[in-house]
Amino acid sequence: MGIFEMVGTVARSVFRKPATLMYPVKTAKITPLSRGHVVIDVSRCISCRICQKKCPSQAIWVEPKEKTWQINRLRCNVCNSCVETCPVKCLTMDTHYIPPVTVRPGAELFHITYVKPPKPENTAEKKD
Amino acid sequence: MSRQIIIPFGPQHPVLPEPIHLDLVLEDEIVVDVIPSIGYVHRGLEKLVERREYTEYVYVAERICGICSFVHGLAYCQGVEGMMKIEVPERALYLRTIWSEYSRLHSHLLTLGLFADVLGFENLFMNAWRLREHILDDMEATTGGRVIQGSCKVGGVRRDISSEKLDQMVSGLNELEKEMKELTEVFLRDSSIKSRLCGVGILPKKEAYEYGAVGPTLRGSGWSIDARKLGYAAFSKLNFEPVVETQGDCYARCAVRAKEMFVSIDLIRQAVQKIPDGSVEVKVTGAPDGEYFTRVEQPRGELVHYLKGNGTKNLVRSRVRTPTFTNIPPLVAMLKGCELADVPVIVHSIDPCIGCAER
Amino acid sequence: MKYEEQPITVITIDELLARTTRFFQDGYRLVQIGCTKVDGKFEINYSFDKDYRFENLRIELQEGGTLPSISAVYFGAFIYENEIHDLYGISVTGMNIDFKGTLYRTTVKYPFSTDTKKEEDSCPGR
Repeated sequence: MGIFEMVGTVARSVFRKPATLMYPVKTAKITPLSRGHVVIDVSRCISCRICQKKCPSQAIWVEPKEKTWQINRLRCNVCNSCVETCPVKCLTMDTHYIPPVTVRPGAELFHITYVKPPKPENTAEKKD
Repeated sequence: MSRQIIIPFGPQHPVLPEPIHLDLVLEDEIVVDVIPSIGYVHRGLEKLVERREYTEYVYVAERICGICSFVHGLAYCQGVEGMMKIEVPERALYLRTIWSEYSRLHSHLLTLGLFADVLGFENLFMNAWRLREHILDDMEATTGGRVIQGSCKVGGVRRDISSEKLDQMVSGLNELEKEMKELTEVFLRDSSIKSRLCGVGILPKKEAYEYGAVGPTLRGSGWSIDARKLGYAAFSKLNFEPVVETQGDCYARCAVRAKEMFVSIDLIRQAVQKIPDGSVEVKVTGAPDGEYFTRVEQPRGELVHYLKGNGTKNLVRSRVRTPTFTNIPPLVAMLKGCELADVPVIVHSIDPCIGCAER
Repeated sequence: MKYEEQPITVITIDELLARTTRFFQDGYRLVQIGCTKVDGKFEINYSFDKDYRFENLRIELQEGGTLPSISAVYFGAFIYENEIHDLYGISVTGMNIDFKGTLYRTTVKYPFSTDTKKEEDSCPGR
């Protein structure tokens, strides 16, 4: 007949500090692997559009002629596929979440500043 | 002759975590008949397979449910690998096993906590969820997400865990086991909980099998059937026995879940000891052609994924049969003859995950 | 990892009740009833399981065909047959609990019976 089964846990929790965190006054717990938001290094993007094809929620849009890279933060579900498939590794996953918004902000625009390096003169190799 | 009145239960009800509607036909507070009705969270996810490639559909499959999301991703990946006859490396199989058992631990703690909340025992609910935070922290540290893991892909897993981290996880679980023992003692031995659970919502052994019950609902009525014994992932190399209780009432189902948590911790310890070294993924080329059924053990029961491909990058059909969907007919049988105040307890004892049931 | 054997037997509608009764008497439990639309025809799969052995029956149905219900044999089949009716528009006769189309309330009736068009999404700036 168990009547006082819970007493031990209750007594201990009186003397322990609370298990909850005062978020957003204190920052949330994060780990090095946490998926927060996608960050692009604009000086390395070659506008190959692989990230746009692989995105499962169609959140990325690249215009190679205007050299822009747009991401709709509300559609992105931080699945990490664009980071893994980028061939020049210009995308990284940051660990902090984007703060909540009250008005739809649309897509975030980034201008790509990558300049293709000029082809080196190949005077050394000549096929006969 | 007593009159019959019909009372609607749900879809909005303080004890229901997800919307389900039951029309209860009552005669003087005894339930005589039940007509269930679902469809409040139907998203038509099975139709999306025609518009997403087979490698991208993993993300959709994971988001069918929030509690059991890793197991859905695992079942889909296993289905595609079965169709295309891909051999997954051993280390990836062990890692998938470890993550599924973690998934099972956090799901059972969530269910037990919600069960205590339904009974009115809020202190126990908060303590169960306090223990669950430790498990979610471990999952976030290894996969990057607390709720949606995103670590399964066709051909293996996307991340690796180092052996120091694995040993750290096991020692964390050892400490957690002591606190979980105290928690399950309260569930199984406290007299106020027992008086509300014992003898309520009895599902006899023969009906449980014939009506199609799966998971702890079936194992609480005396059948030792567990889909992990099929030997998918690394389960063929680990030893365990399914937990069985024989009374068939709500107390038995709760006891099955409480005891399964300790079996899961033991499985994780065995897997960490036996895990081999090697790569965690294999390159996948080509397109799936053919059809395949996969069966895995979700925390709520047996999950079946049926996939059909025709040689293009999009699959033709993906059919998901979740355990809560098939536990609804036994629920109808359990509710007949009970009192009105016992209805929330019985609805919770099958562990309803309506988001899964209606993808 | 071994992949399990999954035998599929194609049968006609008349043999359905006889075979399901035989499965029931042998002690098999019903796992699922699923429907696929292939080339304008419907394929209905019935899956059974006993002692971890998996067996399937398959029926091919034309558009506008009717299916007899097996809920007299397996009580739990009503929920799968109502789902097939609501999503594909196949009429099933003789169900023990018949929701008459109110199980899934969608704006488009019988949503799974039409094929979706592949369309490119416009700029995601909205």
